[in-house]
Amino acid sequence: MATNSNSKPAVAATGDAPFLQIKRIVKKFDDVFAVDEVSLDIQQGEIFALLGSSGCGKSTLLRMLAGFETPTSGQILLAGQDIVGLAPYERPINMMFQSYALFPHLTVWDNIAFGLRRDGMPKNELEARVTQMLDLVQLKAYSKRKPHQLSGGQQQRVALARSLAKRPKLLLLDEPLGALDAKLRERTQLELVGIIEQVGVTCVMVTHDQEEAMTMATRIGVMSEGKILQVGKPAEIYETPNCRFVADFIGSVNLFKGSVEVDEPDHVIIATPECKHYVSHGITGTAGMAVHVGVRPEKMTIQQTPPRDDERESLAEVGFNIATGVIEDLAYLGSLTTYHVKLETGVIVKVTHTNDARHNATQLTWGDKVVVWWCGSDVVVLTR
Amino acid sequence: MKINAGRVTSRVWMGAVFLFLYLPIFTLVVLSFNGSPMVTSWGGWSLRWYQELARDTEIINGFSLSLEIAFLTACSSVILGTLAALALHRFKRFPGRTLFAGMVNSPLVMPEVIIGLSLLLMLVSVQRMFGFPERGLGTIWLGHTLLGMAYATVVVQSRLQELSPQMEEAAQDLGCRPLQVFFLVTLPLISQAIGSAWLLTFTLSLDDVVLSAFLSGPGSTTMPITIFSRARLGLSPSVNTVATLTVAVVSMGVLAASILISRAERRRAAEMAAAYRAS
Amino acid sequence: MISIAIKKWSFYDRITGPWGRSAVIGVPMVFLLLVFLFPFLVVFKISLSEMDTVFFKDILTWADGVVDLRLKVGNYLSLAEDSLYIQTYLSSVKFAAITTAICLLMAYPFAYFMARSPADKRPALLMLVMLPFWTSFLLRVYAWKMLLADSGVFNNLALAMGLISEPVKMMNTPFSLVLGMVYTYVPFMILPLYANLAKMDLRLLEAALDLGATPWQAFWRITVPLSKSGIIAGSMLVFIPCVGEFVIPELLGGPQTLMIGRVLWDEFFSNNDWPMAATVAVVMVLLIIVPLALFNKYQAESNSGGRA
Repeated sequence: MATNSNSKPAVAATGDAPFLQIKRIVKKFDDVFAVDEVSLDIQQGEIFALLGSSGCGKSTLLRMLAGFETPTSGQILLAGQDIVGLAPYERPINMMFQSYALFPHLTVWDNIAFGLRRDGMPKNELEARVTQMLDLVQLKAYSKRKPHQLSGGQQQRVALARSLAKRPKLLLLDEPLGALDAKLRERTQLELVGIIEQVGVTCVMVTHDQEEAMTMATRIGVMSEGKILQVGKPAEIYETPNCRFVADFIGSVNLFKGSVEVDEPDHVIIATPECKHYVSHGITGTAGMAVHVGVRPEKMTIQQTPPRDDERESLAEVGFNIATGVIEDLAYLGSLTTYHVKLETGVIVKVTHTNDARHNATQLTWGDKVVVWWCGSDVVVLTR
Repeated sequence: MKINAGRVTSRVWMGAVFLFLYLPIFTLVVLSFNGSPMVTSWGGWSLRWYQELARDTEIINGFSLSLEIAFLTACSSVILGTLAALALHRFKRFPGRTLFAGMVNSPLVMPEVIIGLSLLLMLVSVQRMFGFPERGLGTIWLGHTLLGMAYATVVVQSRLQELSPQMEEAAQDLGCRPLQVFFLVTLPLISQAIGSAWLLTFTLSLDDVVLSAFLSGPGSTTMPITIFSRARLGLSPSVNTVATLTVAVVSMGVLAASILISRAERRRAAEMAAAYRAS
Repeated sequence: MISIAIKKWSFYDRITGPWGRSAVIGVPMVFLLLVFLFPFLVVFKISLSEMDTVFFKDILTWADGVVDLRLKVGNYLSLAEDSLYIQTYLSSVKFAAITTAICLLMAYPFAYFMARSPADKRPALLMLVMLPFWTSFLLRVYAWKMLLADSGVFNNLALAMGLISEPVKMMNTPFSLVLGMVYTYVPFMILPLYANLAKMDLRLLEAALDLGATPWQAFWRITVPLSKSGIIAGSMLVFIPCVGEFVIPELLGGPQTLMIGRVLWDEFFSNNDWPMAATVAVVMVLLIIVPLALFNKYQAESNSGGRA
């Protein structure tokens, strides 16, 4: 039933007009900008995640798509039609609510058929469609039950079936996995994506959980304080964040503050108090510019003896991208170990090391003097 | 040691209050079977007062009138009360909201003599100007509805507050226009509260003395008015019999309702537990 | 007044959207304005008129290009001058306050114990409290007549058991009045208190005990302040109606129990002096206006503050 969720369906070529166009949407509550000039283009068939912490405006944006809030200004074009003036019941959009919002006085069948009945669908068609939906979420045997007779995971599937029953042009998910416990969440993430891809509907989801966004979405939009900071595929966001906030929000990152010493088209040298950084790509910037250097913990190598010159990525890096320090703290997490290393300047960097051998001869422990080093191609330069 | 003392105090205090609440009721019931018309002596167990009640046209007529008014009051109170509850719950800002809320809630505490007097004076003024309405069933109904509406609003509003707003949003999202949302989703979910409000306002109307006295006209004497005038004059066995019958009916009603509710609750809990285990 | 109504209506219309907002707000609003607010205005106007001209002579007349406003404030003056009226008002407030205090003392421990009872017992207990409420209050007040009369149940039993040699006068006294009022209104005090105490987070008390407070201290410093809104609601639900009570003073009260509700009734039904009755009513409303405002404020807060 589910396709391999690692192969996301091909996104429409950039030549076509985007399926969903959000143009300079603003939402003001009294004097506060909940959503501040957000513009997004979403292609047909993609799963787009709005990622951010609470209060960033993502839920408000979603509600404006659904029609429960009216934008203060801006346009929303769905397949070319401006839907801002339409009421929720007039839009070809359906939403799966965080609390599922299943009608407790109706059976599973009636819940799913609810929207279809409002459209006046003929009885035969309706029955066929509801049955199809029940098959899709594998709840055929439960059609006569009421919501309180179902488990949390089953309720979610009913909510999903109900929101897909009308074959909407756009599906909205509000923190879809928020109400589930951790174990169930893992399983459900992939199931959910499988169903959505099978149906082929365009989907916008809202979440504060990075893992959820990275697993489920084709593209992610990181939001903070009403603005979109970066849009891109999960790998792009993670490996090439465009600002410190995004770098820090997704996963962990070690940030070094300094200025550009040498600015060449193919490499850059940045001086920070901890060490000198050799970045093996050019940046848009000038010498003397204040920047931050970001290195992800898993990109760092930690060992007791300094690396040999030929272990480095290129000879040009010898002397760069390296620092010494003392292990202040460590956490053994089974598949990996996280080290907190206090460098000579007092700054603490986080290094993660995969435990790929059962018995490591060089077991590092608290208080050990270590060398931390990384490659110039693994560095991100952040100008803001 | 301390816990036991606490539990004993708890039982004793609660028992004392219950005794206080139920002693008069108990007395009424027992004395309604008293063969002697006087409280001072016990004349053996007798049903004569019940037989006399069956012949007491004044009370019987009053009772049927009270029933009629109570029924009408319950219906009108529930309708107006639900509307008011919806207005207060859903619309957080509209001109005159504070006044509206004040007017809806005040009859709950306002002394009935004030409500009765003011309503009567207004009705008489209107009658002098336009020739109607005559005082009678309709005017009593009006006064009772004002009072009932206040209670109904409280009951329905507290239920509305328990509802998740996402339920109504989901209905809209699936294609319901606002009126459909109300009838297909909101109403079923508050139906139990509406039912309680109906019963509550019915009882209130059936029992009301002051408003009925101010607003009644010739020929529209309700049962409470009759009982009150008899009680003022002294002790009357007919009152005991009416009381006992009332207690019997109410007790049976409440008992039946609570049995049904607890049975439904237990079934529901069992279903939820089964679903949880199966998952 | 009509113009205000029209202005309100068009405002509703403009923002009505698909919700039929105007109907949902408008219908109860119009009903209340006509049946609750307008009568008060009529009462106020009548309190300023003469009895024989209460309807036939308007207080505002127009003749020879001169507008003549006749306000008979005489009713208010006689009210202020007559010490009996003043005494009655004060007495009503006094009895209402005593009743409220006794109800609170009785109901608070009761509600507290009920809220601490095992959860499965609570619905049954609640039902037992509500049952008398559903049974006619008139009948139950009457029952106290039987119990407290000189030849009533209590006296007869005490005489028969030899506890007293002659009947104790309990009927038609301040004692019987307060007893009757407490009896009638104690459920009104129990319910808001119980609702408040049942919802209280017990972990707060556990935290207090953990931090070194004795149970008594925890009660006074944590439980009572948190149940403040319940106390206020219950007190208002008892105090305000008690001030204007009529039935209970009439059945159980006596010559020493001056209550303003009875005065109003007598002015209207016995003396047939409508303007005077109206004046008494207006002053009564003024008397309770502060507690009434408090009550409304509490209602508004509990309806909006309860939900985030």
